[in-house]
Order: sequence, then C-alpha cells, then structure tokens
Amino acid sequence: MTRRGRLVLFLAAAAVVAVLLVAAFLGLPQFGGSHHPYGDRAVRAAFAHHTANAVAAVNFDQRAFDTLGEESILFAAVLGAMVLLRQTTGERRRPPRRARVSPPIRRLGMVMLPVALLVGLYVVAHGQITPGGGFQGGVVVATALHLLYVAADYGALERIRPLSPYEIGDAAGEAAYVVTGISTVLAGSAFLTNVLPLGTFGTLTSGGTVVLLNAAVGMEVACGVVVLLASFLDQAVEIEAPPGNNGAGPAEAAGGGGNA
Amino acid sequence: MNVSRLLPLVVVVPMLGAAVLAAGGRRLPRIASDSLGVFFAAVSAVLSAVVLAGGTHEGPYVVEWLGGWRPGAGGQGVGIVLAGEPVSLGLTAFTSLLVVAVLVYSWRYFEEPPRRRTGSFPALILLFQAGMCGFCLTGDLFNSFVFFELMGVVAYALTGFRVEEPRPVQGALAFGIVNSLGGYAMLMGIALLYARTGELGFAQVGRALDGQRADALVLAAFVLLAAGLLVKAAAVPFHFWLPDAHAVAPTPVCMLLSGVMVELGVFGVARLYWTIFAGPGGLPPEAFTRALVTVGVLTALLGAVMSWRQRHVKRLLAFSTVSHTGLFLIGVGLLTPEGVAGTSLYVLAHGAVKAALFACTGILLDRYASVDEHELYGRARELPFTGAMFVLGGLAVCGMPPFGTSLGKAVAEEAAGHTGHWLTAVFVLVSALTGGAILRAGVRIFAGAGPRPDGTGGPGGQPDAQEGTQEPVTGPLTDGGEQPETAGRLRRIPGPMLVVPAGLLAAALAAGLVPQLGDGAGDAAHLFATHDLYEAAVLDGVTPHPEGGPPAHWNTAGVLLGLLSTALGVGIAVLGVRRRPYPGIGDRLLAPLRRLQSGHIGDYVAWTVAGLALVTLLTAPGTHMLP
Amino acid sequence: MTLLPYLVAGWIFLIGVYGLVTSRNLIHTVGCLSVTQSSTYVLLLAIGYRDGGTAPVYAALPKDARVVDPVVQALTLTDIVVGATVTALLLALVTQLHKRHGTVDPDELLALKG
Repeated sequence: MTRRGRLVLFLAAAAVVAVLLVAAFLGLPQFGGSHHPYGDRAVRAAFAHHTANAVAAVNFDQRAFDTLGEESILFAAVLGAMVLLRQTTGERRRPPRRARVSPPIRRLGMVMLPVALLVGLYVVAHGQITPGGGFQGGVVVATALHLLYVAADYGALERIRPLSPYEIGDAAGEAAYVVTGISTVLAGSAFLTNVLPLGTFGTLTSGGTVVLLNAAVGMEVACGVVVLLASFLDQAVEIEAPPGNNGAGPAEAAGGGGNA
Repeated sequence: MNVSRLLPLVVVVPMLGAAVLAAGGRRLPRIASDSLGVFFAAVSAVLSAVVLAGGTHEGPYVVEWLGGWRPGAGGQGVGIVLAGEPVSLGLTAFTSLLVVAVLVYSWRYFEEPPRRRTGSFPALILLFQAGMCGFCLTGDLFNSFVFFELMGVVAYALTGFRVEEPRPVQGALAFGIVNSLGGYAMLMGIALLYARTGELGFAQVGRALDGQRADALVLAAFVLLAAGLLVKAAAVPFHFWLPDAHAVAPTPVCMLLSGVMVELGVFGVARLYWTIFAGPGGLPPEAFTRALVTVGVLTALLGAVMSWRQRHVKRLLAFSTVSHTGLFLIGVGLLTPEGVAGTSLYVLAHGAVKAALFACTGILLDRYASVDEHELYGRARELPFTGAMFVLGGLAVCGMPPFGTSLGKAVAEEAAGHTGHWLTAVFVLVSALTGGAILRAGVRIFAGAGPRPDGTGGPGGQPDAQEGTQEPVTGPLTDGGEQPETAGRLRRIPGPMLVVPAGLLAAALAAGLVPQLGDGAGDAAHLFATHDLYEAAVLDGVTPHPEGGPPAHWNTAGVLLGLLSTALGVGIAVLGVRRRPYPGIGDRLLAPLRRLQSGHIGDYVAWTVAGLALVTLLTAPGTHMLP
Repeated sequence: MTLLPYLVAGWIFLIGVYGLVTSRNLIHTVGCLSVTQSSTYVLLLAIGYRDGGTAPVYAALPKDARVVDPVVQALTLTDIVVGATVTALLLALVTQLHKRHGTVDPDELLALKG
C-alpha cells in the first residue's frame, strides 16, 4: 500500500474503534469509586497470610502462577536475545577499547555502585513488607553492576561479569520457582500453596513462601537482566560485522562504537 | 494423589526442563541436551494423558485451584484456576506429543548450534510447550494473557533463530509486532471485564455477566479479546504476519507454529465465548456466528487462493494453514456441538498432517538448499519415500478418507450445511484448492511431472511484472537463496527426519479410523460448548453428567464429499502441473491480493486495526449499545 | 470529568497504533508499540483507583486504611515486565535486521512480498 492508502485505512478503522472504546468507557464504573470486590478480597487474603504488601501477596501468593508465567517470559526473552544476538559466522570479536572517564564520574560511579547494589538487595528482601520485590530489586541490582561500565569501561565490566554464573543464576531462579511449586504438590497441597510458617505480620520473615518466591525472582531478574544487557552491549561494543557484509552499513549497525 | 494435582505439572515440567537445559546445556554434549529436551516434553505429554484418562473416570472436568485458593460459596476467590476438560486436555496432550516429534525431528538440525549453547534450542521449544499448555488449561483471563505472551515471546525468538539470513529476522519482527499488538488489545478487553465484574476467572466473569444486560462494554471486551486471539489464529485481515513468519522460521518451528499455535487462537476464541459470553448477559449467539463465519469464510478463501499462487513450498503450506484456520473458525462459529466435535478432530489431524508436510519440506531444504517448486522440478525423484509422504499429506489436506482430516471436515461441513449449503461448498472448494496446491508442488518436485517450469515470470514469480509495476521479475522470495538448516547439505536423510513425518501421517490416519476418538470428540464438544456446565464445574464443584454429545462418525455423505474434494484437488493439481506457467486472467485478478501481502509492518498494523473495526461492525448489530 | 482517565487510555492506544502505522524507522516502531502498551497500564490503574486511596502496603498503615485495588497494581507490574521483555526481543531483531538489510526503514524492506 502507499503511505496515503495505509493512513486512510488506519484512520477509517480507528474511527470505528474509537467509537467502540468511548461507548465501552461510558459503561465503566465511576472513576475512583468504591466497588472493588476482588481488590477487597485480595487485601483480606493478604492479611490472612501475614503479608503487609498486598501487591506482593497478589503477585507471589494469590496469583503466584501468573508470576511464574511472567518469570518464564523474562527467562525466554533472555534466552531468545542471547540466541538472536549471538556472534554469527563471519563476525569478529574485537577487544573493547579502553575508555577515558573523567575522574568525578569515576569517583561517583565507584561510590554509587555498592550503594545501588545494597538498595537493590534491600528492595528484593523487603518485597513482602514494602513496595518493591524481586522484579524491581533485581533490576536495580543488575543496573548497579553496569555503573562500572559508566564509571570505568567495558573491559572492567566484563571482568566482574563472567557471563556463565549469571546464565546459571538466571536458570536457577526459574528452576527454584518451579521446584518450590512442585514441592508443595509433593507435600500434598495444591501447586504453589503457601505452606511455610507465615511469621509475624510486617517483619522480614512474614508471608511464608512469598519470601522464597521473591528471592527466586530477584535472582532470576538480576542475572537475566545482566545477561540481556550483555547481549546488547556485545553487539554494540565487541562484535564487528565482516567487511562488505551483505551490503549492510558499517559496524555502526548496532548503535555506534560503545562508550567513548 | 488426586489427579487434579497433576494439572499444573503439565505446564511447569517443561519450564523446569528449559531451566535445566539453559544452565546445563553449555556443558552437555548435543546428544545429551537433545535427550533431556525430549524427556521433559514427554513427561508433560504423559501427565496430560494421565489427567485426561483420570478425568474420564472421575468426571470430565479436572479443576485445580492453584495455591489452594479455593473460593468460598458464591465462587468469590482470589486465586487462579486451571480447568481441564477433554478438549483442552486433548489439545495439551497433542501439543506435547508434537513437541516430542519436533525435538526428535530436529536431532540433526542446527548441526552447529550457537556456540556453547547446545541447550538453547530445545530449551526454547520447551518454553513454547509450557506457554501453549498453560494457555489451554488456564481458567483465568489474565493468566491466559500471560501464557499468550509466553507463547508469543518464544515464537518470535524461534522464528528469528537463523539470524544469519535476512528474511527470518524480518518475518520474526512482523510476527512480534502484530502479535504483541493483538496481545495488548486482549489485555484492554480483560481490563474492561475486570472493571465491570470485579473478577478475572472465566467462570466468575461469565456468572457475573449472566445477571445483566449486554451493552457496549461487553461488546468491546469481546471484540478486543477476540481480535487478540484472531491475530494468533491468523484470521483475515489479521493474518499477514503468518506467511512471512512461517516461510522463514526453522522447519521444526514451522511444524509447531502451523500444527498447533495458530489453532490455539481459534480454541481461545471458542473457549472465551462459551465460558464468558454465551450466557444471557453476553453476546447474542447470532452476532458471534455472524462474525466468526464471515471472517472464517474470508480467511478460508483468501488462504486457499494465495496458497495456490505460491511456489515457495513453505509459504504455500503457510497459506494453506491460514485457509484451514478459516474452516476451523466456521466450524466453531456454527455454535453447535457437531461443529465443535468436527473441528476438534479436524484440528488434531490437520496439525499432524501439516507438521508432516513441513517435515518433508525440511528434508528438501537440507538436501537441495531450496524449497522452490520450480527450481526443484524433478530433482527429488531420488527421494521416493519422502515424495510418497508429501503426496499422501497433500491428499489428506484435500480431505481424502479415511484420514482424520476427512472425518473432521465431514462432521464440520455437515454441521455447516445446516446453516447454509454454500458453507459446505466452501469446505469442499478450500480443501481441494489447498490440497491441490500441495499435490501440484509434490508431483513437480518428486516426480518431475508436467513440462519444466521455466522459473521466470511464472505465476510463482511476480505476475505484476507484466503490468509494469516496480516489483522485480523474480521476487526475492523465489530466488532460491535458502540455506540448509543442517551443517551441510544432507547426503543421506537421517532416520528421525523420516520417522517423524511417517509417524505423524499415521497419527492423522488413526484420527480417522479409531472410533473411540470420534465418540470422545462428541462428548467433549458437548461439554466444551455448554456455558453452564463450565461455571458449575469450576465454581460449584458440580461434576456434570451430560447425556453425551453426538459422536463424530463417518457417514455416506461425508465420505462422498471427501472423495469429491480429493478428486477436485487431484484434478486441479493435474491442470496446474500441465499448464505452462504464464500469467493469465486469473493472475491479473489476483495481483491486488498479492500486493496486499507487502511485507510492510505499517500495512500489517493498519490491517489489524481494520480487523478490529470489522469484528466490531459484525458483532455490533443486535447488541444494546447504551449502558 | 470522571471519564477522562479512561479516554486517556483509549487515546494512548490509538496514538501508539498511529505511530506503528506511519513509522519510518523500526526502532521507532518498537517504541510506538511500547506506547500502545502503556495504554493498558493507564486503563488498569484507572480502573483500580479509589478516591482518596493510598498504596495497598500495610507495613505502616492501619488495617482499615482506604487503599486502591492491589490486584490491578499486580497485573500492571506483570504487564510492565512483559512489555520490557518483548521490547528487548524486538530490539534484538531490529539490530540483526539492520545488519542483514542495511536499513531500518520499513519502506525499504522488500524481502517478503506476495
């Protein structure tokens, strides 16, 4: 289709969809209203299982199976990205260039790295009590490591980040979640039943399996995001297309020569 | 142990397998990681079968509240439910078996898997299995979105697996964008239903809707949900991604995409309709029938015509999948147990046959580095066994008795005949045309029948070139620039690559010959297509003792129609082979259709929105639009 | 006006799709897909909002505090993770696509026609 034809088709169709959506929104309950039956039940269920963060209770207890699916999506995406961004036949790997970083940035990075790491671990560990949890904390941990890329250079990052343990950690996080569920089945309960002692409301050990599942997810997300970013960074910094490859552009393909 | 306890394991065992392979695959030799993959897939298949068998003893519905969050009286709970009945359990068992077949078939595939990553291909396949099984079994809207996305994410990665080549990455990207868009439409629909009912379970939402009048919100929710699933099902005009993805994905992946994933889209629409929208507060039945039958007929016809026009064999098979999905949509859209029974059998047999055909095509690709019908003319005479399987597959697609495809088609088309005789004609015509296209390609490639196609400007080339458009004479798709998926070209075909298609064809034959399967399909369809039974089984724990549905058995009319469509298919194939390919009047008429398949993501997205609008316009009449 | 949050969600959905349709750069296309997806966040959170409600985290709240619906918050979290991973995968494909085709302009990709 021509650009014009495409736009006309879209606008005509979008008009119909817009009418449908507005008509549907008119039928929605009042914004800000009090009718949230599932939400109210979820809060009561969270209390029953001594989980102060009701969102975590939904994610890791009441609807923990959703989170297993979600974790598997992340796991699949990391695996997929590793496969898609692999070094293909004919592509070379060149050692990353050493980068000059201005001293203030270097100092700031070095100070922030342990702080960020700690914050990430804190967020994972307190998921059942305060906002946050495995996903949020895991991402903070992973990005904390990448401060080294900002504060030093890619070579330095690679030294603290041998990928193998992270790949294994990623898989172990996924496996831990599944194994937790299967053990509850072996114990005679339904899959992912919260069988552990529930602890005291509002403390670090409250929430039963929520703590375990949070940790499994935290590990998977932290390791998975490291591996995911590594796949992209490798493309940007290290992997070079062979000269004259398929008429494609020069090595800037993947977004320039990395950090300068 | 209660059999329902095993239900979640069907989904999570492959996940565990994927984790083991991802962690251990780097140290394991190829053979070990392949065997592990087969093991985990097979365990899941066995679990599905055990639950299915257990279900038939204890009551057809196997319901498991995950995390033990069984709702109190009135069905008000906070947990997610998995609910298996014969149709969904049959689908998970079939999916798992197909995954096993695919893993065995790909024993020799990707001779050089990504360095240090022998486990990544089987691991992704296992995650794909987990996604599909989860999608079949879940009884929760948001959970079904999660598994929809899991299937999607894995499928995009698998489609683009061969990144060394330009086409797979492009096909995978179009696939990814259009399917994600469908997923987000689906999620909007879920949000609307949650807002209205305050529930997420199919049964709970369905029960909440029963007590009220259908309005624009319910309509919009249905349209958005259906659109997302129809994207997966590749219904016109949501279908554009499918040929692009299936033509370029690695062959074992095509077997899964065409064999089950696309069909799960149809399953999803049907499941959501009967569990949620079939009650008094849902969607009027005539609106559902109107939408599905219209879209189904369009899909069936367009897919069949486009399939006939292809010379790239994988693309030909892909369009034939589009076409058959159209027939499945019609079968489901009839809203009768017969339609569902026939469609279920048809889906199983078609999945097996289509996977077998892709498997044979993979052999061609790995031996000749081409899947172009004209280039391969007569070259595969040396592969009589593969050729025989390919032609048998073509006949099965035509609907030749006693293949299961023929039985399924017969039962579904008889049901369709009650709605309109012209629908029966659509079934016959579409089967003949798609099967004929496969037969044409088969006899040309494996027998060298007919005059040598000259390969330039023919029908598989670009008829548009005659009309002075800017398209090249031989499109990039037909230049034969294919890479074999094995280390080098195959000299001797490895055993597994022959055993798997043979087994799959035998399975398709068995689907037509084992009468118990037909009885079971009848009962299963009755359960599947009854709104109240699902709610009662899931929420009240009532074990339904239905009178049983009409069994799916052969009858004279069905056999005759099957023979008719086979004869037509063979006739079309003979005509197609004998005719020297040159652009005729038909090609001129079809040129615009071919131009629509432009490979442009913007076009595909625009068509997806157009599809949303189309489904809206088809379902809106008869619904109260005002709240 | 109480319809506004919902309308915003609908608008974001359609404007994102408009971007997908008219985009001339596949990286931009992937970005537009994320925009489209964010409409679902807005819709979910708008549906779960309760006037005067606070976050449903009871560590420092009385148990009878008025909170917003925790379920939609959990769903949105899942949705965000799904969106991020899909975006990562699609960007990986775009990276490879650029290397193979030498362009990220959909108008110049002609390999899959007919």
